[in-house]
Amino acid sequence: MRRRKAEELFFKILMLIAAIIVCGSFFLIVGTIFAKGLPYMNLDMLTKTPGGGFYIGKEGGILNAIIGSLYVAGGATILGLLISIPVAIFINMYMNGKKFLSDSLRVAFDVLFGIPSIVYGAFGFLIMVYFGFRASLLGGIIAVTLLVIPILVRTLDEVIGTVPLELRDAALSLGATRWEMAKVVLRQIRPGIFTAILLSFGRAIGDVASVLFTAGFSDNIPTSLHEPAATLPLAIFFQLSSPVEEVQGRGYASALILTIIVLVITVLSEILIKKFSKHKS
Amino acid sequence: MTKTPHISVQHLNVHIGNQHILNDININIPDKKVTSIIGPSGCGKTTLLRSFNRLLDNTPGVSITGKVLVDGEDIYDPKAEVTHIRKKMGLLSQRPYPLPMSIYDNVAYGPRIHGIRKKQELDQLVEEQLKATGLWNEVKDRLNASATRLSIGQQQRLCLARGLAVSPEIILGDESTSALDPVSTSIIEDLFISLKEKYSIVLVTHILRQARRVSDYIVFVYGGKIIEFGPTEDVLLNPKEELTREYVKGYIS
Ligand SMILES: Nc1ncnc2c1ncn2[C@@H]1O[C@H](COP(=O)(O)OP(=O)(O)OP(=O)(O)O)[C@@H](O)[C@H]1O
Ligand SMILES: [Mg+2]
Repeated sequence: MRRRKAEELFFKILMLIAAIIVCGSFFLIVGTIFAKGLPYMNLDMLTKTPGGGFYIGKEGGILNAIIGSLYVAGGATILGLLISIPVAIFINMYMNGKKFLSDSLRVAFDVLFGIPSIVYGAFGFLIMVYFGFRASLLGGIIAVTLLVIPILVRTLDEVIGTVPLELRDAALSLGATRWEMAKVVLRQIRPGIFTAILLSFGRAIGDVASVLFTAGFSDNIPTSLHEPAATLPLAIFFQLSSPVEEVQGRGYASALILTIIVLVITVLSEILIKKFSKHKS
Repeated sequence: MTKTPHISVQHLNVHIGNQHILNDININIPDKKVTSIIGPSGCGKTTLLRSFNRLLDNTPGVSITGKVLVDGEDIYDPKAEVTHIRKKMGLLSQRPYPLPMSIYDNVAYGPRIHGIRKKQELDQLVEEQLKATGLWNEVKDRLNASATRLSIGQQQRLCLARGLAVSPEIILGDESTSALDPVSTSIIEDLFISLKEKYSIVLVTHILRQARRVSDYIVFVYGGKIIEFGPTEDVLLNPKEELTREYVKGYIS
């Protein structure tokens, strides 16, 4: 009896410690970013591109990287969705009876999911070299699209799997075609699509390795798909590697901006998920 | 059974994987009557019902041989249009599964995919079918509310209205009252009885009392075979086959 109680207590304490470590490190990370970045945060950071001598601590901001990142992550997520939704529908609704094939496809996407992003960067770079592109916004979008497709397909596949088969039967038995049935299913999983978008966007906006060779870097806001584009993670990387203290501080301010963008998107998508869940039982 | 049958099943065999699920089924489902399929769990009732509107096609590993004639046309003919066949039959499943849209849109969904666009026409259809299922007075003020807000019993009637809106000829019900409370159950049973004026109805049920109350004919299925088929009273009260007698024994005593 005593032993069991002791055991219970031991694991309770263990779980408490684990919880403290997780929460603690979260607040530590966010806290550090705030503490180090806030002093360097100003309106110029958000509204200006790097001015003369930005990298030795002079005026200007990182608007180029903010816009660049939003373009890359947004473009990749949209492009990724356009590819992933049909793939997920195809796996789930057009391949029934061919379980081997659909399972193989799922495994393939699981493998792709596990591939480190630098490989996508390298692959994107190869494609670009082959077609004779320079590092550009388009190159970055393509590489990041490759990166997010497995995330999108996996997430969508999972949420489609939660839709009861009877709902599909209901649509079919009204005389719906398979595509019409798929549209009903897509409607049912709208909240899930937002989750997928969120995951994909979050991954896309934070990834360095895939844009390293493909998007390039520029102090200007890209005005076409063929111009190189700065991205926030890469900007943070450059700033933090600077020996100048003020530039390092700006690196933390940039990290703060990136964190806030991700936070805002998370909250927004939560709201959207709620809004679109109203037809779910 | 003087009229021509509405559904005529001839030498239907269904295999799933290497299991023989339905074994040489031959049956004529009469027109504008209620026919109940009864039998122990796993005997193949659902499978038989789903063979009528070809939903069975979607089961992985299924192979189907034989004929199912609806209005004299073989629905398994490679040239048959599957959406057209399904439109002829309304399906009411075990639990209600409203489409993820409003009450109005649920009923209007079928007519819309079949090309009815005029709002006036849709309004009229929606009202008509909601009235036919006795739901109109309960929902007429909240047609744009989500269908999932309704009670389970109301949802089931909505699903029936949704099915009726594509003007089917046949209604298929698979244990359609098993998730419902007694009041909703008897509402649905009464609906079946009144709907047989216009539709042929095939129901799967485990409740013999329900089969007795609503059906004109009963099919007893056992181990993938049809053991007995006949008028309700005959099968329930005076079964010819030993297996049927065993199964309905609890009911007679
Ligand atoms: N998708 C499937 N894959 C493999 N076997 C199946 C499948 N669907 C049904 N079966 C098998 O077919 C047989 C008949 O199933 P069916 O669902 O038609 O029975 P049922 O009479 O409706 O049973 P219940 O009264 O429990 O609903 C069962 O043995 C079942 O295991
Ligand atoms: Mg069943």
